[in-house]
Amino acid sequence: MSAASSPSALRGRVAEALLPPLVALLVSIVAGDLLILAVGQSPGAVYRLMLEGTWGNAYGFGQVLYKTTTLVCTGLAVAVGLRAGLFNIGAEGQLAAGGLGAALVGLALPAGTTALLAVPLCTVAALAGGGIVGYVPGVLRARWGAHEVITTIMLNFVVLAFLSWLLSGRLRVPETLHTNAIRAGALPRLSAWWAPFHGSASNASLIIVLAAAASTSWYLFHTSRGYELRAVGLQPDAAESGGVSVGKTWIRALTISGALAGLGGINFVLGYEHYYEEGFATGAGFLGIAVALVGRSNPFGVVLAALFFATLSQGGLAINALVPKQMVDALQGVVILAMAASVPEVRRLLTLRRGAK
Amino acid sequence: MSIALAFLAQTLRIAVPYLFAAAGGVLAERSGIISLTLEGFMLGGAFSAMLGSYYSGNPWVGVLAGIAGGLVLGLVHAVATIRYKADQVVSGIAINLLAVGLTRYFLKLVFDSSSNSPRVAGFSAGTSTTALVAGLLHNPLIPLGLVALPVVAWLMYRTPFGLRVRAVGEHPEAAATVGVSVARVRYIAVALSGALAALGGAYLSLDQHQFTDGMSAGRGFIALAAIIFGRWDPMRAALACLFFAAAETLQIQLQAMQAIPSQFVQMIPYVLTIVALVGVVGRAVPPAALGRE
Repeated sequence: MSAASSPSALRGRVAEALLPPLVALLVSIVAGDLLILAVGQSPGAVYRLMLEGTWGNAYGFGQVLYKTTTLVCTGLAVAVGLRAGLFNIGAEGQLAAGGLGAALVGLALPAGTTALLAVPLCTVAALAGGGIVGYVPGVLRARWGAHEVITTIMLNFVVLAFLSWLLSGRLRVPETLHTNAIRAGALPRLSAWWAPFHGSASNASLIIVLAAAASTSWYLFHTSRGYELRAVGLQPDAAESGGVSVGKTWIRALTISGALAGLGGINFVLGYEHYYEEGFATGAGFLGIAVALVGRSNPFGVVLAALFFATLSQGGLAINALVPKQMVDALQGVVILAMAASVPEVRRLLTLRRGAK
Repeated sequence: MSIALAFLAQTLRIAVPYLFAAAGGVLAERSGIISLTLEGFMLGGAFSAMLGSYYSGNPWVGVLAGIAGGLVLGLVHAVATIRYKADQVVSGIAINLLAVGLTRYFLKLVFDSSSNSPRVAGFSAGTSTTALVAGLLHNPLIPLGLVALPVVAWLMYRTPFGLRVRAVGEHPEAAATVGVSVARVRYIAVALSGALAALGGAYLSLDQHQFTDGMSAGRGFIALAAIIFGRWDPMRAALACLFFAAAETLQIQLQAMQAIPSQFVQMIPYVLTIVALVGVVGRAVPPAALGRE
């Protein structure tokens, strides 16, 4: 670690952090070109359309911000896990549980409860819903050594089936897959403050979520708990002999991770539809993994990566006239694969170069 | 009697895709490569099998095309994880997303549909009530699926290749010392796992005579659950597949009675897998080198 302060070592670390996302971006652009050429369109025209439909107009950008909000949460969830050396693949179930938690509290509050009271309560419920689902694999890992990759995947199915059962009872509006609408105060759409966003789903939960990202960054890099968490992620044995309880840190990390994923539930439930709906979380969990990887498990990077993947996702709708929007689904896979392959490759090449000097 | 036979026949039909995918998964996992990819291999296999059958009008061409699709995805995963040392979990998730994306893209491109392909030639199991089990043989993929895991068991425990697979999955360094090419064995194991899981997918699309978006529907993860529940042993994994399929059959049969909420039956494979990992009744211990380079 002592060499890390020298300028060349710092450059090396920056290169190691930033090169893989760039490689992944390049590879995905090439893959995108191939998919676009396959339908006989010009890549330039398609990418231009994609930009116009996302960053080029207020509605499109509003939609990007809406999708970004959820992805920041699942991305942070995965990132916190990775920092502790754990792979949380359960963000989807945690997000759904957080959404239901927020909705249950919201429904229990009397109609007209001020948002100043309702929003914090529902937000805590979302954090708790996701946190409980994250706590379970934490304990399974710490107490019994059950690997969290498998348990979080399996728990996804269990949690989603359980939530579906809860909903199928008295909770849902008959003939639908959603609950009644919350009548307590909720979060305003961003269009209430800036009219051009009109019609887009982006809402004030973005602010809460960005605050969560900042808090996560603070927690990870400026508190002793965060230091312990990262120490466990880097060298569990060394951390243990240094007096850190690895098991407790795992449980804490996965609980926080689950809570962050659960927080994403407020975007849909408090900010957009005002009810819980089965399937609102679909896909956001796995995409959270992509976000955390491209964002290099750094909260600031996660926000940028979430913005990127949200743009890609919304951009699919914009290009549908020229290229099937399903292209972006394939590109998400390409980005993750390229990212996964380029991280160790970049490290290897950088080490080679350092050795050659 | 006929109720029991109907139950058995339906269980076997449901089990076939699990059996194929678990056969592939056992091979890859025992060689040390994590099999989160089964879901994607299956989906890709289902789509390419449909495509092969669509263009040729012959379901056997579909089967071959399905195998080819699985091989391609398997090799992508193998190159990423073995050549480029990509994290196996991440690459697995990428393969799954890639399979979802590519099948959706080409479904739209070739058939201008976002939900399903047109009807293609396929294999139909007989549904006659008098010869329920014999009727299963009308779909050649059913008997193939039933022998997939026994064949893998034979391969694993009775052949030099199987010995190498187990060696590189447990002690890659030791295997390398005695001259086994770890990378080569793993390439073959992962490619085979792609082909086998893809056969499970081909079974789905050829049995239903069409491809529908996302038709693997989590079956690859159930197969993974069966592998873990079967403690990475092919025959025990086969029993787990049959057990999960029987639970599903029971749920379908009981649905009319509303005896147990279907959601709880759906949870069975996943809950049991967690229980197996926690080790209430004997701990499930993965191959020593699983997930490591």
